[in-house]
Amino acid sequence: MKKLVVISGKGGTGKTTITSSLAYLSNGKRIADCDVEAPNLNLLLNNKIIDEKLYVGGSIAKVDESLCIDCGKCREYCRFDAISKEILIDPLKCEGCGTCKYICPKDAIKMEDEETGYIYTSEIEKGNFVYAKLNIGADAAGKVVTEIRKEIDNYSNENDLIIIDGAPGVGCVVIASITNCDMAVIVTEPTQSGLSDLKRIFSLVKQFNIKPYVVINKYDINKDMTREIKNYCKEEGIKNIKKVPFDSVVNKSLKENKTIVEYSDSKACKSIKDIWVDINKKMGGNNYENSNS
Amino acid sequence: MNISVLSGKGGTGKTTVATNLAVYLSSKGKNVQYLDYDVEEPNGFIFLKPKIQSVKDVKVRVPKIDSDKCIGCGECSKECRFNALAVINKGVVLFEKLCHNCGLCSLVCKENAITEKQRKIGEIDIGNKERLKVYRGKIDIGEPMGIPIIKELKNYLYKDSINIIDSPPGSSCSVVNTIDDSDYSVVVTEPTIFGLHDLEIAVNVIRQMNIPLGVIINKSGSEDNIIEEYLNSENIELLGKIPFSRDIAKAYSKGELIDNIPLGAFEKVLEKIEMGRL
Amino acid sequence: MKICLTATDKNLDSKLHSRFGRCDYFLIYDSETKEYYTLENDPNLAHGAGVNAAQRVVDENIDVLITGNLGPNAKEILLKAEIKCYKGEDKELKRNINLFKEDKLSNIC
Repeated sequence: MKKLVVISGKGGTGKTTITSSLAYLSNGKRIADCDVEAPNLNLLLNNKIIDEKLYVGGSIAKVDESLCIDCGKCREYCRFDAISKEILIDPLKCEGCGTCKYICPKDAIKMEDEETGYIYTSEIEKGNFVYAKLNIGADAAGKVVTEIRKEIDNYSNENDLIIIDGAPGVGCVVIASITNCDMAVIVTEPTQSGLSDLKRIFSLVKQFNIKPYVVINKYDINKDMTREIKNYCKEEGIKNIKKVPFDSVVNKSLKENKTIVEYSDSKACKSIKDIWVDINKKMGGNNYENSNS
Repeated sequence: MNISVLSGKGGTGKTTVATNLAVYLSSKGKNVQYLDYDVEEPNGFIFLKPKIQSVKDVKVRVPKIDSDKCIGCGECSKECRFNALAVINKGVVLFEKLCHNCGLCSLVCKENAITEKQRKIGEIDIGNKERLKVYRGKIDIGEPMGIPIIKELKNYLYKDSINIIDSPPGSSCSVVNTIDDSDYSVVVTEPTIFGLHDLEIAVNVIRQMNIPLGVIINKSGSEDNIIEEYLNSENIELLGKIPFSRDIAKAYSKGELIDNIPLGAFEKVLEKIEMGRL
Repeated sequence: MKICLTATDKNLDSKLHSRFGRCDYFLIYDSETKEYYTLENDPNLAHGAGVNAAQRVVDENIDVLITGNLGPNAKEILLKAEIKCYKGEDKELKRNINLFKEDKLSNIC
């Protein structure tokens, strides 16, 4: 089982456009949307939900008012400002650490499961797609990524390629998305912000020993910046660098709920197809090849 | 007064709005601060190019185990809900990155073998661009939890200045912690189905926290009705639009502030401030 | 010698679970007496599943662990506890025990 994760550091560089295209091109599709705070892939993949699972992210403190004597000890020891003067727990701030429960002299506090969201397993043409919907302010978002990945693993065989849409940033959600992946496609754009975030995400990918594959999306918007990004990649010894041109068809495709590679005349389509063939080669095998369609 | 700028989806122009809004309000003689809370990818300084005056480390407290006192009873490991401690061969192994800094283990330890030490997870850069005071939180690469940096940044929110807060994207705990003391939220979106979908998520977060809000459509064009229909049905104020333009995209790509940004939305925010409506 | 295997069910005919921290069961097999018992793992832990799982098997005083993938935190604990870890195959537990005895499994740490 090989695992490919698509990440971007910065949001809005076209990560989901690229992921949905790779998903469309892959045979035996195994797709996971791990951009759990803003999941968008389900808007493009025409999926049918076959299973939903309640996701419990962590626990949360509950005060039994009949036992509480208002001593305020819990409030004094809580480091997350989650307990008010009236000894009410703010569920958005409670970290679920259990310190209040431990310190309460009257055993008036219990830790309860926090329902954090749902994980959906769905069917798509020739495969499966897993994603999640989280409640507002959800904690432990890294864990939901682990759960999504576990779910898609269950549907996958030895020879399958799993494609993961990662989250923006460099925090826990991203770390959980890239752990144990064979290759990370980093989608960037030719802007100062794009380069700055590429540098940050690349140091993370390096820490995790994952093969990097940089895609400069909309490269022709600022060719000077594209050159600067390429130079940076060369300095860092990143060999895989590919470019995708700006293409107004992308907006049209979004409107029609399609992936860009379904518009075979578009400029972006051709580049992304080439990238797909190249990625397959670099991941060692023809098992996943389906680039003629 | 705290005004947070949010986006749900990344890359919609949140930082463009936040930085230009801060500069605009400052140019109108207001006492303004810009604070970048997007600690995983703080990009506001690329555009503001401030003079940095100081850098402060952000540290969290993690347990420190005195191996002479530790008897390997395993109580700390049992109580820790984050599984940040393990007890092997009568000694404690600590996993700092799993630690949520709650302090429970030091309370639990009957041998008083656990105290706390400081561990750096990021930094705050402080500077200014002319009259505008600027702050940037930045998480160290490989650190999973940015919330302590967001909380630290709150120490710089002065009541008598207008604090423009550049929020992280998304809808999770970092966003909730960013906006919990906001007086007003500006949501930046773009007219695509992704933009709409993530706008709805952002609006849900803000409404749950009872914060008044307005929306700016960035990269505006012929598809604006996708967003406008939603705003009408939800009774949300449209503050203004920034058209899709090559000039703006170019300025952005070079990391420049935008000279000719349409000011309609910013004027509305200023008016709200001056009328005391926030 | 006490051998621990990550399992999908509670008997020797069940398959090896490929993930250490988030497996369903730990099966602990004594190579001298040929007896075994199982422990249920809690796959729904929010945080530090690897650390939790490692602590549990270390507390059982095992000598050898056979599993699929091992995270860095669990690895550190098992290394400190001087437990030998081997990468098993996607086959029944009894097959994996035989492969281990024939010295055909590769070392993880």
